[in-house]
Amino acid sequence: MIPPHRRHGLWLAFFLHRLSGIALALFLPAHFLVLALALTDPAALDGFLHWAHQPVVRAAEMGLVFLLSVHLFGGLRLMALEWLPWSPRQKTLAALATAGSMFVALWFLLASAQAA
Amino acid sequence: MSDGIDNAAATDTLDVRVWRGDERGGDWHAYRVPAAANQTVLDVVTWIQRHREPNLAYRFACRVGVCGSCAMSVNGEPRWTCRTHVQDAARDGVLRIGPLRNLPLVRDLACDMAPFFDRWQEAGGRFVPSSDRHADIAAISPESPARRIADAAIQCINCAVCYAACDVVQWKPDYLGPAALNRAWSLVNDERDAGNKDRLRAVAGDAGCHNCHSQHNCTRYCPNQLDPGASIAGLKRTTMKAALKGQL
Ligand code: SF4
Ligand code: SF4
Ligand code: FES
Repeated sequence: MIPPHRRHGLWLAFFLHRLSGIALALFLPAHFLVLALALTDPAALDGFLHWAHQPVVRAAEMGLVFLLSVHLFGGLRLMALEWLPWSPRQKTLAALATAGSMFVALWFLLASAQAA
Repeated sequence: MSDGIDNAAATDTLDVRVWRGDERGGDWHAYRVPAAANQTVLDVVTWIQRHREPNLAYRFACRVGVCGSCAMSVNGEPRWTCRTHVQDAARDGVLRIGPLRNLPLVRDLACDMAPFFDRWQEAGGRFVPSSDRHADIAAISPESPARRIADAAIQCINCAVCYAACDVVQWKPDYLGPAALNRAWSLVNDERDAGNKDRLRAVAGDAGCHNCHSQHNCTRYCPNQLDPGASIAGLKRTTMKAALKGQL
């Protein structure tokens, strides 16, 4: 059970940031190892890239992009929260504006992808 | 009776569990306490001490939210018990009252506050005068930006509710914690104070403000509606600037 002092948005934001950070830190060494194959064993790299075209791996890549964006926005959120001496009301408004514009941008992106 | 419960028409009773024990261990004890209108959690603890457990250890003084001595953990949340109404704190009809988190236990509901106050000293929470008693009283405009920032942080009653709410205090016991850092921030903005060089060094150190993860448990629970989370962010900015200028 989650203790009551952790049941609120800012704690959840901290937790997601930490979790995505750890997951990315685990992924990065594997990423560099594979990239290094380009120098040491190009044939193995080709094999790996071929394997990586499977739908499952593709789906996992989406997860990776998700982690990356969670961590990126978590970091931006933290910098805004700590480095801008704004009032809580201003910060709420700024967060709402950011969320709103992201929603519109995403909608636009999806709509144009559908049209294409 | 003077505890404000027995003289009320107590038709109902409350289901109360109180943690009893010391550092070596303890247990939850169950009590039925007469319910009354406008009853506070501290009223309930006092009733138990007067009518059931004369040796129950707990702390209070003012009963009106000024002294900061009555904080306990109520259904897992740190609260000032003298100003927390039973109906706001009970969960599913049960009141579980324990000692504050993150502090050594004396006995039952009484914690040893010494580490909490030690952090105040370590954070440079002591005012360092820039003149002596022979000088004129410093004229500080209440409208000046620095004074407004200091004012926003100044009404702390040292209750340690924020200290008990903070996960970083739990994870890193020598962390200065929200109250001491909030105090340091009010002095950083006090134009009469001359201690900022050492103070900024103290709050920028290993146990200082940069440990804070901005979870804002402190701000969420501070009963005086202070914002220690924002004060700590202020210290982060100020110490960063000082470090860039080579002043730390
Ligand atoms: S904002 Fe910082 S000081 Fe306050 S509870 Fe969170 S980690 Fe602790
Ligand atoms: S900052 Fe608030 S919660 Fe923390 S000790 Fe002061 S009054 Fe209590
Ligand atoms: S008894 Fe003084 S603040 Fe609660």
